[in-house]
Amino acid sequence: MIAEFGHYALVLAFALALVQASVPLAGARKNDPVLMAVAGPTALAQFCFIAFAFAALIICYVRSDFSVLNVFENSHSAKPLVYKLTGVWGNHEGSMLLWVFILSIFGALVALFGANLPARLKANVLAVQSSIAAAFLLFILITSNPFLRIPEAPFEGRDLNPVLQDPGLAIHPPLLYVGYVGLSISFSFAIAALIDERIDAAWARWVRPWTLLAWIFLTLGIAMGSYWAYYTLGWGGWWFWDPVENASLVPWLAATALLHSALVMEKRDALKVWTILLALLTFSFSLIGTFLVRSGVLTSVHAFANDPTRGVFILGILALFIGGSLALFALRAPMLKQGGLFAPVSREGALVLNNLFLVSACATVFIGTVYPLALEALTGDKISVGAPFFNATFAPLFIPLLVVVPFGPLLAWKRGDLLGVAQRLVGAAAVAVIAVAVVFAMEGGGPILVPFAIGLALYVMAGALTEIVERTGLLRVPLATAFARAEGLPRSAWGAAFAHFGLGITLLGVIGETQWSLERIAELRPGQSISIRRYDLQFDGMATRQGPNYRDLAAHFTVRRHGDFVGVMEPAKRNFPSRATATTQTALMTRGVSQLYLSLGDANPDGSLAVRLYYKPLVLLIWFGALVMAIGGVLSLSDRRLRVGAPKPARSKAALSPAE
Amino acid sequence: MTRRQRRFSLIGAALGVLALAIGLVLSALKESIVFFNSPTELVEKHIKPGTRMRIGGLVKEGSISRGEGLAVHFEVTDGTRSVPVGYQGLLPDLFREGQGVVVEGALDSDGIFRADHVLAKHDERYMPKAVADALKKQGHWKDDYERKLGAAPARRAE
Repeated sequence: MIAEFGHYALVLAFALALVQASVPLAGARKNDPVLMAVAGPTALAQFCFIAFAFAALIICYVRSDFSVLNVFENSHSAKPLVYKLTGVWGNHEGSMLLWVFILSIFGALVALFGANLPARLKANVLAVQSSIAAAFLLFILITSNPFLRIPEAPFEGRDLNPVLQDPGLAIHPPLLYVGYVGLSISFSFAIAALIDERIDAAWARWVRPWTLLAWIFLTLGIAMGSYWAYYTLGWGGWWFWDPVENASLVPWLAATALLHSALVMEKRDALKVWTILLALLTFSFSLIGTFLVRSGVLTSVHAFANDPTRGVFILGILALFIGGSLALFALRAPMLKQGGLFAPVSREGALVLNNLFLVSACATVFIGTVYPLALEALTGDKISVGAPFFNATFAPLFIPLLVVVPFGPLLAWKRGDLLGVAQRLVGAAAVAVIAVAVVFAMEGGGPILVPFAIGLALYVMAGALTEIVERTGLLRVPLATAFARAEGLPRSAWGAAFAHFGLGITLLGVIGETQWSLERIAELRPGQSISIRRYDLQFDGMATRQGPNYRDLAAHFTVRRHGDFVGVMEPAKRNFPSRATATTQTALMTRGVSQLYLSLGDANPDGSLAVRLYYKPLVLLIWFGALVMAIGGVLSLSDRRLRVGAPKPARSKAALSPAE
Repeated sequence: MTRRQRRFSLIGAALGVLALAIGLVLSALKESIVFFNSPTELVEKHIKPGTRMRIGGLVKEGSISRGEGLAVHFEVTDGTRSVPVGYQGLLPDLFREGQGVVVEGALDSDGIFRADHVLAKHDERYMPKAVADALKKQGHWKDDYERKLGAAPARRAE
C-alpha cells in the first residue's frame, strides 16, 4: 500500500503545485494579499507531500518490495542497507523524484525564511518556483513513475548497477542536485523581478545568498563526482570532459559569473539587466543539463534513461521555461533602469572582465557538449569532441581570467588605481617568478608551459593572501593589531580570499597530476615487483573474499620505499553474480597530497596478473582546492546571514563588534 | 572619461573576449574532433591511414588473441565487415567477445587499426550510442532486454 500512498501524495503535490503556480500570481496582479498569502502554506504542503512520496519510495527499497517495478529493477535483497537507500536515486525515476524533492525543499525554505520579502515578490517567486515543480511532477507522473507495480511480484530483484554500489552514490547526486536545483531560486527571483518590472540592490541582496548556497553544493558535488570517477573507473582520470560532467560544469561556470555580477548589482546598483539574464541562463543550463542526462540523448556512464518519450517531454519543459523566460526578458528588460556608472578600471570593471571570461569559457564548454548532438541530428555525422577540444578552448580563456583574479578584490569600487594595485601585487608576482624559476630548474627542459602554469597557480594563491595581508596590515602593524583587524574583517572578504586561494590550490593539483603523473603497466607473477618513482610494489598473491552480494578477487601488494615497509595495497576485481558483471576496485595509497593508484587488469591463464600503477603527484589538491572554495562560500554566506532580507543597511554597532 | 567612452571600452572588451572565444572554438573544431565510423563505413570510405577516428561495433566471437606483454588483437564487426584492431594495454572490465566496443586510434599502412583507447560498454543496459545506431542500421539490433525479460510494462495494481 505504501507505494500507492506515495503515488497518491505525488498527485496531490502536483495539484498543489498548480494552485501555487497560479493563485499567488493572480494575487500579485490584483494586489490581493489573501491570494498572495496562499503561496507560503502551499509551498510547505507541497514539500510535505513530496517528502512523503520520497519516504514511501525509500521504505519500498528498505523492505525490498519487488512488486514495485523500480525496486525490482534496481535492488536486491542481499544488498547492504546503505545501497538500498542510495539505490533510491541510483536510477532514472528515483533520481527525478529526488530532483523535485530538493526543488520543493527550496520552495519551502523561501516560504519559511522569506518573511521579510515584499509580499508581491514573495508571491511571484513562489509561483514561478511552483510552476517548475508542476512541470517536473507531471513529467514523473506521466513518464517516470517510480511507484509502478508488477502484477506478479518476483522473488528477487535485479540489483543496482555494480558501478553505482559505492559510497559515492550516497553523496554525489544529492550534493549535485542541491546545487543544480538551488539555482532555480535565482531564476524564480529573476522572473519575479521581470514580472514586476522592479529590480534594485535589495533584489541582488536576496538572490545572492541563494545562489551562493547552490554554488557551494554544486562545487562540492562536482568535486565529489570527479573523485568518485577517479577512484572507481580504474584508469586514473579525474575529469573526462564527458557530456554528463560538462552538464554540471556549465551551470557552475555560469553560477560563478552570477555570484560576481550580483555583487556589482548589490553594491553599486549596476549590471542589472546582465545579472537578470545571467540568472535566467544559469538555471537554463541546469535544465539543459538535466535534459542531457535524463533524456537519454547521450548514452554514457550516467545514462539510465532510454525512453524517447521522456526526452521529448523534457525538451518541452526546456522550451517552455527557457524560451518563456528569455521572451519575457526581451519584453521587459528594456524597462529596467540602468544603474551606477563606473570607470573601466575599477572593481566593477574587473568583475565585468571576470564575467566575460567565465561566460565565454562556459559557452565553449556548452558548444563542445552540444555540437556533436546537433551535428548528428542535422547531418548524421558522428563525431566525438574530447579533451583536445576543451584544452584548446577552455584553457586559453581561463588563463587571462586567473591573471585578473587577484586584481579584483584589491581594486576600489567606481574608480580604481591599476598601478597601485599592481604594486601591491608585486609580492605575489615575485612568488610566481621564483616558482617558475625553481620548477624550470627542477624540470631541466620539458614543456615550458609547466613552470608558468605552476607560477600562475601560486600567483593566484599569493594574490588571494595579499588582500587579507593588505587589509589587516600584517607585517606593517603589530601582530595583535593585525589579529584584531582580521577578526573585524567582513566574513565576505575572508570568503573571497578562501575561494580564490582554493582556485589556486585546485590549479596546482591539476597541473601536478596532468604533467607529472607516472604510469606503469605490467604483467606480474607472485613474488615479482613493479616500481614507480621511489616505491617498490611486490605482488604477494591473490585471495578471494566474500562480500554481502559480491565476491572479491583481491591481489595483495606490499609497498616499500627505499626498501622500508610503507604499507599494503589490495586492489580487487569485484564480481556481482546478480548482474554477472565485474568492477575494478582500485587501491589508493595517500602520501602527503600525492597518491599511488593501483588497479587490476585481467588474470592470465598462466597465472600472471596485469596491473596498472600510477604515481599521481599533487592529485589530492584538485579536490582539496574545491573544498577550500566551498569553505569560502560558507564564510561568505555566514556574512550574508546578517543582512539577508534586510534591504536597508540595518546592522547596529553592537552587531559589528565581535561578541565578548 | 565620458559616459560614451566608458560604454565603448566595455563593449570593446566584450567583443574582444567573444572574438577570442569564437576563434578558439573554430580552430579547435577543425583540429581536435574525431569522427565515428562503423567497420563498413571504414572500408567503404577508403579512409587514409593515419587519420584519427573512432570505430564501433561488436567484438567478433573468437577473434581475441593475446600477444607478448599486454598486446591484444581482436576484430570489431558490425555484421557486414570487420576490422582488425591492435591494442597494447589493459582492457576495460567489460571487454568481452560478442559485446559492444568503441576503439579510438588510426589505421596503419597494413590495414590494421591501431587503437590507443578501448571503451567497452558499461553494463548490460548500456551500449555506446554510436554502436547501437550502427547495429540498428545494419539490422543486428537485439531487442532491448527490458522487453525480453517480460517484465512487460507493468500495470499499477488497483
